[in-house]
Amino acid sequence: MKFPQLKSMAIAPVALLSGALPAFAQEAVPDKGDTAFMMLATILVLLMIIPGLALFYGGLMRAKNMLSVLMQCTMIAAVMMIVWVVYGYSFAFGGSTSAFFGGFGKLFLAGVTPDSTAATFTDGVVIPEFVFICFQMTFAAITPALIVGAFAERIKFSAVMLFSILWVTFVYFPVAHMVWDGAGLIFNMGALDFAGGTVVHINAGVAGLVGCIMVGKREGYGRDMLAPHSMTLTLVGAAMLWIGWFGFNAGSNLEANGGAALAMINTFTATAGAIVGWSAIEAIMRGKASMLGAASGMIAGLVAVTPAAGSVGPVGAIILGLIASVICYYFVAVIKIRFGYDDSADVFGIHGIGGIVGAIGTGIFTSGSLGGIGGADFSIGGQTWIQIQAVLITIIWCGVVSAILFKVTDLVVGLRPSKEDEQMGLDLASHGEAAYHS
Amino acid sequence: MKFISAIIKPHKLDEVREALTSIGVHGLTATEVKGYGRQKGHTEIYRGAEYLVSFLPKIKIEIAVASELADQAVEAITNSARTGQIGDGKIFVFSLEQAVRIRTGETGPDAL
Repeated sequence: MKFPQLKSMAIAPVALLSGALPAFAQEAVPDKGDTAFMMLATILVLLMIIPGLALFYGGLMRAKNMLSVLMQCTMIAAVMMIVWVVYGYSFAFGGSTSAFFGGFGKLFLAGVTPDSTAATFTDGVVIPEFVFICFQMTFAAITPALIVGAFAERIKFSAVMLFSILWVTFVYFPVAHMVWDGAGLIFNMGALDFAGGTVVHINAGVAGLVGCIMVGKREGYGRDMLAPHSMTLTLVGAAMLWIGWFGFNAGSNLEANGGAALAMINTFTATAGAIVGWSAIEAIMRGKASMLGAASGMIAGLVAVTPAAGSVGPVGAIILGLIASVICYYFVAVIKIRFGYDDSADVFGIHGIGGIVGAIGTGIFTSGSLGGIGGADFSIGGQTWIQIQAVLITIIWCGVVSAILFKVTDLVVGLRPSKEDEQMGLDLASHGEAAYHS
Repeated sequence: MKFISAIIKPHKLDEVREALTSIGVHGLTATEVKGYGRQKGHTEIYRGAEYLVSFLPKIKIEIAVASELADQAVEAITNSARTGQIGDGKIFVFSLEQAVRIRTGETGPDAL
């Protein structure tokens, strides 16, 4: 694959311009192999949310809050699927020429039929638009679910749901449009974000940081034992995330070909490098490598390779994973403690920071001299500067709008449960049930 | 009759049970407990968050024996539960006023 194709690559998610390219859309017939591949990739991303992410986060919480996290992830996924077909898809990919907003053209998926197609990265190759809609739907569903880990164990269920709907409307859909749509601001800057490092992970990480500060610390933070109740389930969930991530990354290629294969091998090697990196730094810093550290490294590596999966080489991906682990470790083990924000599941420390490292690293490791697919005209400095600008735009947009939305949510339904409810645990307080009976 | 309550290291339970059985103590109640004495706890670290765990898991065994068997039982527990490391536990001996076997109604040493 030559570098110039990168641009069209990033266009792909956009390109479902079946509306914009009518002749094209009518002529091309989806390949059955691509279609089947994308259907499977879509289901793998669903697996990432439930049970993957739900168990990963749930295990990190105390037993009395287990079900609240499982329920938040499940309900967010369900509500976002509905929001996506009602207006989300249109707001992100509705075909408008705005740099920030997809428009109202595809509300309720207006005009989409089984014969509608979405373009891929290869001219003349299309997939059914419904498959593209479903694939992107799972991305919109997982991103707000990622955020809840930051303020888990201390937020009202109603607040989670209201915030999530507001957040996808005013942060996720605009940023997805900016990054992936052909008319989008960040897309037209030439930023590389293969599978959603900015849209999904930096977005979720920054919203998580804002959220955990605005919601406040858990009762007993720094005094009580707040240790994970089931590291077993945390590893089960993390491993499911890894498996599902092949759908997330390889599926972002939209076609079952060499590009998907590159994303696949990078999703192996970056993650492996990051697991080794996190475990090594723990062994050096505290004498023991922990299972939670390995699981954390796994996620940090997956996050970091997300924007890079389609353009870096397999060996560059190992280095990227290692670097991401070391920096994420520093944020969760040192910076978080020093500043005293209570990011329960390290959404910022791992998704936010890992996403930033990945986005910037993409500008470096895409270079052909470092094993990436960048051609002779690829400039590390130039591309990295574009990547940094994309990161900054995302951080500012997401940070400011998220803060406003948390405030609005607080005014409408209130963010925090009562101290008594928090003490009792959200499983009983919010849902009237308990995860475990002894 | 004497009532003996002993706090021991969890992995010593089987050895203690065998030692007591060999001197004729047929019956024992074991409970998983947490506590602390001279042995310090340990630190657990989860992504940089350190927790000092001062309550350590132990096993509490309880037996009731005839008075003349009490010293032997204490010795059996001491020998079988000892590792020589701090945290081996403690044994407490009480006078026991009465014992009743619920099924038959037998009382006193006959009920043990």
